[in-house]
Amino acid sequence: MLLAIVVNRLAMALVTLAGVAVVVFVLLRVVPGDPVAMMISPGAGPADIAALKAHYGLDAPLLTQFWIWIKGVVTGDFGISITLHVYVTEVLASRLPATIELAVLALIVAVILGGGIAVAGTLMRRTVGEAAIDGLNSILLAVPDFIWALALVLIFAVALPVLPLTGRIDPALAQGFATKFYLAESIITFRFAVAGNIASHMAMPTLVLALPLAAVIVRLLKQSLKEAMVQDYVLLARIKGFRELHLVLQEALRNAVGPTLALTGVQFTFLIGGTVIVERIFAYPGIGNLAIDAVINRDFPLIQGLVLLFGLIFILINIGVDLTVATLNPRLRHA
Amino acid sequence: MEHWSPTSITDTGTQPHSVAARLARDPKVVCAGGFILFLILLAIGAPLIAPKDPLAQNLLMTTVPPVGFADAEPGFLLGTDGLGRDVLSRVIFGSRVSLTVAFVAAGLACLIGSLLGLMAGFLGNVVDALISRLVDVWMAFPPVLLSILLVALLGTGLHSVIAAIVVIDWTRFCRVVRTETMGQAQMDYVVAARTIGFSRPSILFREIFPNVVPVLIALLTLEMGIAVVVEAILSFVGLSVSSDTPTWGGMIAEGRQIVHEAWWVLAAPLAALFATVVAFNQIGDGLARSLDPVLRR
Repeated sequence: MLLAIVVNRLAMALVTLAGVAVVVFVLLRVVPGDPVAMMISPGAGPADIAALKAHYGLDAPLLTQFWIWIKGVVTGDFGISITLHVYVTEVLASRLPATIELAVLALIVAVILGGGIAVAGTLMRRTVGEAAIDGLNSILLAVPDFIWALALVLIFAVALPVLPLTGRIDPALAQGFATKFYLAESIITFRFAVAGNIASHMAMPTLVLALPLAAVIVRLLKQSLKEAMVQDYVLLARIKGFRELHLVLQEALRNAVGPTLALTGVQFTFLIGGTVIVERIFAYPGIGNLAIDAVINRDFPLIQGLVLLFGLIFILINIGVDLTVATLNPRLRHA
Repeated sequence: MEHWSPTSITDTGTQPHSVAARLARDPKVVCAGGFILFLILLAIGAPLIAPKDPLAQNLLMTTVPPVGFADAEPGFLLGTDGLGRDVLSRVIFGSRVSLTVAFVAAGLACLIGSLLGLMAGFLGNVVDALISRLVDVWMAFPPVLLSILLVALLGTGLHSVIAAIVVIDWTRFCRVVRTETMGQAQMDYVVAARTIGFSRPSILFREIFPNVVPVLIALLTLEMGIAVVVEAILSFVGLSVSSDTPTWGGMIAEGRQIVHEAWWVLAAPLAALFATVVAFNQIGDGLARSLDPVLRR
């Protein structure tokens, strides 16, 4: 039953999230690094520091602090950011849409790019074309998004200055939005000039995040396709006179796509992890960029909220993957 | 000496026997290995090899382009950065931090991860459940965020960077070694060893462990590539070693700031990082290929 899988997975997810909560809370408190020391003005005395600590509840015993925090988290209150002076939930809600748009767009690009190259490689199997794809792909597999991001900066800032290097949208255009999903909203409301501006800002970070995932898709999907192409049902279709492209897309792909789908889901969590540094490099205003600032400023409530949010996203993706795989493969439903 | 004549790869009848011999015939692995060896020599001999002092500033010679471009200055092969420091010398000295992190951090992560993986895979039950759950919790953190968090808390410096990589990446080794150990523990030779009455530690370390080592070495090489990138990312964010030690990541961060005025300050360390990561990966892939009987054709 799908429902049983969902319940089981959610229970496991809660345990994992609780673990994440404890780990991040303890990590932040046991290692030296005082958030109050980061925010006091030079003239402040010990009394000011004590007052500030009391204000943020940092003078209470560890267990009390943890209890207060967990009680808040359960009711949806993550506390107030020490550096931004607003509710953590508000900050997260205003920054998350930018990251969601970036990650989803990158996922789409990766699937199209990876799927296309895998099909092309299958059509060209045992030729120089396939060898070229394999050679290029082994480099794509090795090189992380961090390096691609800076390589693109070099290309599109110096050699071919056509794309904006930083930000999400031209500040002059960032008005009249009802939601924070700028790209989706501008497309739905037919403001294509604005959508184009956003797309040009997102082009580089999207491509950079998509490349490593596309490489993984190419490797696995091409392998599965090649195995499927020697099966009897493909042979039968070939005898019936179907063309090679039809064989790959209509016969082999349908049977070969399962493992790739599962792996793509798992790898999508890596893509989201990658947004942290990629958003930083392109000064893209998502939660990844926010996370680096929060950590550097030792903004405890914000860090805790962000880490739990990332943990939650990872777990939800994993559950989604399991459900998709179970729906597509009837044999696994009762496993 | 054994006698065999080299044949084409399609002739499966005469496979060279040892892994080393197979690797030596893999041009990718030979090139990559040669590059890493070259890099190690460069790092060790940096004070002798580097043409200039990597820290010497020359404010009259800032952002000089590499040789071959207009306004290049003789003696600055790869140009100078915003403070007039020699880019080539800084790339050479930067390899020291990168390689130190690669070998020490990957080695320690491998040690801790495989010990826990061996225990989980061999002891099973409660130990396995505990370690596996710990791995799950660990994997719910985005690695880059966790590493930045750790270094921010531990304070910057080479030790913190290494500690952060070990704390994050032991899970990679733990998962693979656990699976591998569970597989090996089912094998006949382990059953035989149990029957003869070998002690459990003896079975684990003298019988099972040697059979896990090949996978571990391939994984270790891949991890070295990852460690080099993590160090560069931390340097880029400004959380690695202090700014008076040249690092590729630190150079990349400076180069990113002045990319419109002096692209070579970014390009040179980025190229070095790229080549190093690809080289470690090619060796790791080559090792995995030559060790895996299924992939070996």
